[in-house]
Amino acid sequence: MTSIAIPRPAYAERPWILDWLMTVDHKKLGILYLYTTMFFFAVGGILALLVRTQLAVADNTFVNNDAYNQIFTMHASAMLFLFIIPVWAGFGNYIVPLQIGAADMAFPRINALSFWLIPPAGLLMFSGFLFGGAADAGWTAYSPLARGSGVGLDLWIISVIILGVSSTIGAANFMVTMFRMRAPGMTMFRMPIFCWTMLVTAVLQLLATPVLASALAMLYIDRNFGGSFFDPNGGGNAILWQNIFWFYSHPAVYIMILPGMGIISEVLPVFARKPLFGYKAFVFATMGIGGLGFSVWAHHMFTTGAVLKPWFGFMTFMIGVPTGVKMFNWLGTLWRGSITFEAPMLFALGFLSMFLIGGINGTFSAAVPVDFAIHDTYFVVAHIHYVLFGGAVFAVFAGLYYWFPKIWGRRLDERLARIHFALQFIGFNLAFFPMHLLGLDGMPRRIATYSESSGWETLNLISTIGAFLIGVAMIPFIINVVMAFLRPKDQPNDPWEANTLEWWTTSPPPVHNFDSLPEVHSERPLWDLRHGKTAH
Amino acid sequence: MASHAVATQHKQGLSNGMLGFILFLASEVMFFGGLFAAYFIARADAREWPPEYLLTPEQVASGVKLEVEFWLPFIATILLVLSSVTIQFAVFSIQRGNRSGLIRWTFVSIVLGLVFLVMQVYDYSQLHFGVGDTIYGTTFYTMTGFHGLHVAGGVIFMGIILARSLAGQFTAANHEAVEACSFYWHFVDVVWIALFTTLYIIP
Repeated sequence: MTSIAIPRPAYAERPWILDWLMTVDHKKLGILYLYTTMFFFAVGGILALLVRTQLAVADNTFVNNDAYNQIFTMHASAMLFLFIIPVWAGFGNYIVPLQIGAADMAFPRINALSFWLIPPAGLLMFSGFLFGGAADAGWTAYSPLARGSGVGLDLWIISVIILGVSSTIGAANFMVTMFRMRAPGMTMFRMPIFCWTMLVTAVLQLLATPVLASALAMLYIDRNFGGSFFDPNGGGNAILWQNIFWFYSHPAVYIMILPGMGIISEVLPVFARKPLFGYKAFVFATMGIGGLGFSVWAHHMFTTGAVLKPWFGFMTFMIGVPTGVKMFNWLGTLWRGSITFEAPMLFALGFLSMFLIGGINGTFSAAVPVDFAIHDTYFVVAHIHYVLFGGAVFAVFAGLYYWFPKIWGRRLDERLARIHFALQFIGFNLAFFPMHLLGLDGMPRRIATYSESSGWETLNLISTIGAFLIGVAMIPFIINVVMAFLRPKDQPNDPWEANTLEWWTTSPPPVHNFDSLPEVHSERPLWDLRHGKTAH
Repeated sequence: MASHAVATQHKQGLSNGMLGFILFLASEVMFFGGLFAAYFIARADAREWPPEYLLTPEQVASGVKLEVEFWLPFIATILLVLSSVTIQFAVFSIQRGNRSGLIRWTFVSIVLGLVFLVMQVYDYSQLHFGVGDTIYGTTFYTMTGFHGLHVAGGVIFMGIILARSLAGQFTAANHEAVEACSFYWHFVDVVWIALFTTLYIIP
């Protein structure tokens, strides 16, 4: 490839630190997103370890009840609002413009705004610890609990609204980018699957997040101006909060998992050396999940008795169908592939197996009678961790190992990666599988401690050991990243023999992304080039 | 960007900016959708509306009355609808390259928007209930309040358009911000029509 001399723009002469603070380059913003969200992942993880330490033995007094409420609330809030949702924006920022052959996002400055709203919102949320206690009503902030809680909850409300703004304007940015900035030949149905999942995620964010903002505004008015939205004494309705909250937060679980599914769908074909099985079926399944995602929110509320149970139960079973379609997409891709087990593939297969469990135990809960039995028990905690840790977090690591050579131009060590994977996989199952049994045995979620006579101690101790093993698993990962940064940038354009356009340019890419682009005839232009195909 | 080999913007149809702006308006619709949902659920829960039966004896003794004034908001509604027409005239003017028409009609729209805000504040001061007086007061002030903030935002938006056109910007070919501003203002107007119908007309 011949290189073209491009005059260095004025901003390239800024000092290093200002360049990072003032950048509007989607790649730098993507990296900032990744650093920031991994930081909050660490913070959320430490809070999780505090929770597990408290629950390790019966009648524990490691932390008191008030502190415990704050810790588990902030664990969930950090992991959901400050880690998983924005980490996809980070991957999306870096990867989507590259995959569609664009020079940047559609609105680079709005992109910078989306990112820079996150660190202050995170600080605001955690600043509650300095002002008499952080939010302590759970990440779901149900009324009447949330109406009576301390000032930390007000800070939490404002923080989540700011994060919602970040996510909403980011969503509009992703949508316009994918609608309007695709390279010549890159039709909508030639976009890589990761782009498709980011697009459907963006639609969900654009339409659902403002509804959460309206609920948060109502809660703020109730708490600070004497409003009655969620107060039956004033004619309000406590269930209203749950309806509006879950109208956002159920689509939000797809916001948290769809881009992870997209990453898996990039990784599996590359390491099975086959194209993705059933590309269009996968795209329509993703749209199906997005659409049905708006019709199932009240399955979180069966036990309120105030929702139409048959409808929401049925729709929840229905949303299992497109998810099942994706399972067969992935299995069909692996079928008779020339599979190798590099780090991204290990984590992708980890996702596949663990998300399957999370999908199945979630579908159990869609059955109304079963839900009545396991509602608000540790079974539900097991479910959400199998989809959000077994699913989303494994996908985050699959993406990090997969795109690390592209983003940083450096190699990660495979042996350390395997140790990381093994520890995380074992630790994860030790930590969360026992929660199924605890839940079936009736252990309620969010209790600060339990008595010895409950018989829950052994399983809780196993779970705590597993949680600390997950913590230990991060050590080889961190060592791996630090050692990689000490190595030279020596990675070729396409170290994995991958299929999509980001691997066409250098590692890392130049500021303008591409000096040239190959002809695009399918969703896997680099595969086509390798196999001498020029038309579909 | 111009020197770049990769096309970055399709030239036909909506521009990227307008598409992004319309998506932003879609998110705004969902925000007000949440507020309307809360209002209708409150109405469905209430035995009668306005829910006088929820007032405590202390509230009644202190003169709380759950009723709204009709004619002042009705006049304000007419003015706001009128301002939607005038901002559209501003767009038509600049589409023909008539910048002085743009300036004149934008100015009129700003004045109408400001008058609406003044009337809303005056209306608030005349009411005998507050945000804390049952779900009636809470929904009324929350919905009209958020709408009022959007009117204020729209007035600022139109102010920027006015300042830019006074500075000699915008031509028949290049006036995207004016169109975006008119979209926003129409959106604010439509929300108000929905609010006025719901809060003042439906008994």
